[in-house]
Amino acid sequence: MSAIGPPVGALELVVTIVAAWVALGALGLVRPHSLRFVSRLIFPAGACVALLLTVIAFLSLDAPPQSLVMPLGLPDLPFHVRLDPLSAFFLLLIGAASFGVSLFSAGYFRASEGTPPGLICFQYHVFLAAMASVVVADDAYAFMVAWEAMALASYFLVTTEHRIPEIRRAGFLYLLIAHIGAIAILLCFGVLQAGGDDYTFDTMRNMTLIGAWPTAAYFLALVGFGAKAGLLPLHVWLPEAHPAAPSPVSALMSGVMLKTAIYGLLRVTFDLMHVQLWWWGVVALALGVVTALFGVIYAAVQTDMKRLLAYSSVENIGIIVAGFGLTILFRAYGKNLLAAITLTAVLYHALNHAFFKTLLFLVTGSVLHATKERSLGKLGGLIHRMPWVAWLALVGTLAIAGLPPLNGFVSEWLLLQAFLFTPSLPQSFVNMLVPLAAAGVVLAVALAAYVMVKFYGVVFLGRPREAHLAYAHDAGRFERFGLVWLAAGCIALGILPVNVIQAIDPVNAMLLHSSAISAGGGNWLLLAPINADRSSYSPLIVLVVIIATVVLTMRIVHRFYHGRIRTAPPWDCGFPLQTPRMQDSAEGFGQPIRQVFEPFFRIERHLPTSFDAAPRYFVRIGDPFWSWIFLPIAHAAEFAARIVGLIQQGRISVYLTYSFFTLLALLFFVR
Amino acid sequence: MAGVPLYAQFINLLAAILLLLAFAMLAQRRVLTLIDLFAAQGLALAISTGVVAYGTSQPHLYFSTVLTFALKVILLPWILHRLIRRLDVRWEFEGLINIPTTMLIGIVLVVFSFNLALPISQLASTVTRSTLGIAMASVMLSFLMMITRRKAIPQVIGFLAMENGLFFAATSATYGMPMVVELGIALDVLVGMLILGVFFFQIREQFDSLDLRHLEKLKEPDQ
Repeated sequence: MSAIGPPVGALELVVTIVAAWVALGALGLVRPHSLRFVSRLIFPAGACVALLLTVIAFLSLDAPPQSLVMPLGLPDLPFHVRLDPLSAFFLLLIGAASFGVSLFSAGYFRASEGTPPGLICFQYHVFLAAMASVVVADDAYAFMVAWEAMALASYFLVTTEHRIPEIRRAGFLYLLIAHIGAIAILLCFGVLQAGGDDYTFDTMRNMTLIGAWPTAAYFLALVGFGAKAGLLPLHVWLPEAHPAAPSPVSALMSGVMLKTAIYGLLRVTFDLMHVQLWWWGVVALALGVVTALFGVIYAAVQTDMKRLLAYSSVENIGIIVAGFGLTILFRAYGKNLLAAITLTAVLYHALNHAFFKTLLFLVTGSVLHATKERSLGKLGGLIHRMPWVAWLALVGTLAIAGLPPLNGFVSEWLLLQAFLFTPSLPQSFVNMLVPLAAAGVVLAVALAAYVMVKFYGVVFLGRPREAHLAYAHDAGRFERFGLVWLAAGCIALGILPVNVIQAIDPVNAMLLHSSAISAGGGNWLLLAPINADRSSYSPLIVLVVIIATVVLTMRIVHRFYHGRIRTAPPWDCGFPLQTPRMQDSAEGFGQPIRQVFEPFFRIERHLPTSFDAAPRYFVRIGDPFWSWIFLPIAHAAEFAARIVGLIQQGRISVYLTYSFFTLLALLFFVR
Repeated sequence: MAGVPLYAQFINLLAAILLLLAFAMLAQRRVLTLIDLFAAQGLALAISTGVVAYGTSQPHLYFSTVLTFALKVILLPWILHRLIRRLDVRWEFEGLINIPTTMLIGIVLVVFSFNLALPISQLASTVTRSTLGIAMASVMLSFLMMITRRKAIPQVIGFLAMENGLFFAATSATYGMPMVVELGIALDVLVGMLILGVFFFQIREQFDSLDLRHLEKLKEPDQ
């Protein structure tokens, strides 16, 4: 694919890029309160570095693995780094998405009460550098250091507005769950290392785990990376942390950071371990489908736009993990070709999600800046005030809704194709189960489209629900650049699926020793996973047909009805007074879903009666996992703390008695 | 006692005096008398160290003797006296448990200590090994004194007396610790004493009293 060949010393360049990001961040600390310096100089420079990373990663996708031992780390415990197709793919994802986000950030950050801009800049670039380090780390030690640096940097970014108590709480929740995950990952590496000489991934690759140990390692990885990715039931931090964080940070966390967890899952399951059991795949598949459905149903009833997108991220991660489970399933039964197709779909969807979710989060940032509103109930009609943002958001919305010819369609279509191949599996139980999962995924995808119509319709269409929305301004120059880049990515990934799949293919070759392209009868125009007779998709033809249809329709309409338009007041149902607040609201839009899936929600609803002088209506929809899992744990911890508190009497003589009796007991037993 | 040399018998006598003084401190209510008893215990300790040094020809123990004498018989009692004069706290005080009960518990502790020290002193090769039980008993008794007292100064004296017991155990069972350790401990005790002295002033300033019951207010209230 790359005619130029892999760049010489690509890994050295990647390491240099990581160092450059850290250095740029540190430069921001020189003048922490100068917004101009940070936003006009450092963020664009960081974006250029990101672009460079994208190019290098793209060129080294099909290069042979390179590794390096860094002169960093503890004595006798240096950092190992390695660049192989899997890391290159995720580096590409990080670089491409963060290029857009960095450009956007250059115009986004304003002086505020919270963290000064220079410090934000430092945390932001350390965050980028840590994410890049995670995917090139080649030993458990370097991996954990990068992983923790990533968690901490993002924690500080989430709590940018740290003077607000809710935001501090959201940050704490995020940090807590990140650390639960980190512990599981650490244990997972401990299991994988299996008493080897050191903690490099090479040692782990050469280890053969026996008995229940591979299963233990797999499930520890699933919990650890699942906590970061937002798998049920550890997804609770997403809807809290994303609204709390500044929009570029939510964009990076949702679009890019969640993917590092997917990277970790793939790395541990397919690279570091040699055996995959079929029922691991079933567990991941079930978990993924449940997560996807849960995420999308909750996204449908949200009234805060960033919370909505956070739940939508949960849904997308669910779809990705379902695909991951299916890959394991195929792999366990030795169907490497099908596994390769599924893995392609997983990686493709990860890349797509990085583009469209980042785009949409950045859009919410622009809307937030323009209107100071996050609640969907107070927005509306912004397409007239913010045409740039609105049209670019439309691209992202259509992409995430999975409509051709944009990118969301391609990966979801590929994944469903993979699901349809399951009847070739030898086990009838799985053959019965997987179509159910496929139905679940389809339902999630369809509901996602519904959610996105709600998001776009309520924010940009209709009439402004509040008076001050009339003063909303469009995004600035840098913000537009960032949004255009991401929207262009969505379109390009949708139009050129064959090229993208060819580019991803070295990852298949590395992880599964199989290629997804070889079997397909497709060419550059036609995407055909197995053979062209069975199913194929050509985005260019779809695009041409769509454009042709639209143009033709417009022509015809123009021709036959031209000049016959007359304006008249619409019928107002006999009710003369109409305000913009009477439009369909976000709650109203989500209401059918709320009705259908009522048993899954914890709804707290206040309905006014006919006699209320000041009628009020509110609905609060809580996450049931709080009361199912987290509150019982919290209560148990409080109870245990109270028991321990009993021995705290606050009297010196009692404390002395404790040590006295301890001394006596020790003397008695030791003698 | 036929095979035991004279100096060893003398040490046994001093050990008995040490234990007796420990009991006396446990029973004593007046703070000034308590300090005098503490000084007397220090004196017994210094003499016994000197005797061990003479009897076993361990010249470095002479330094210990001088150090013990200077620190525990002169310096610390003087500091304590000064503290009491400055703080003006010449009261008598009540223990948490009444004195007879305390004494009974003390006797139980002594029995326990002797029982505990028996196997160890059989292993030791020194002539003064039988005093190990006494040393341990005086540590325990000082600890008990710290527990049963309510005011800050007797607790500190209990703490210092505990160190006396430990020191006696060290000299009698093993002919003393290395010089460096001994110097270190001596310095620790002195510094600890000075810091506690500062704390006394702080506590009194906060609560107008040295009664440690006031510190219980620092506990988190129950829900």
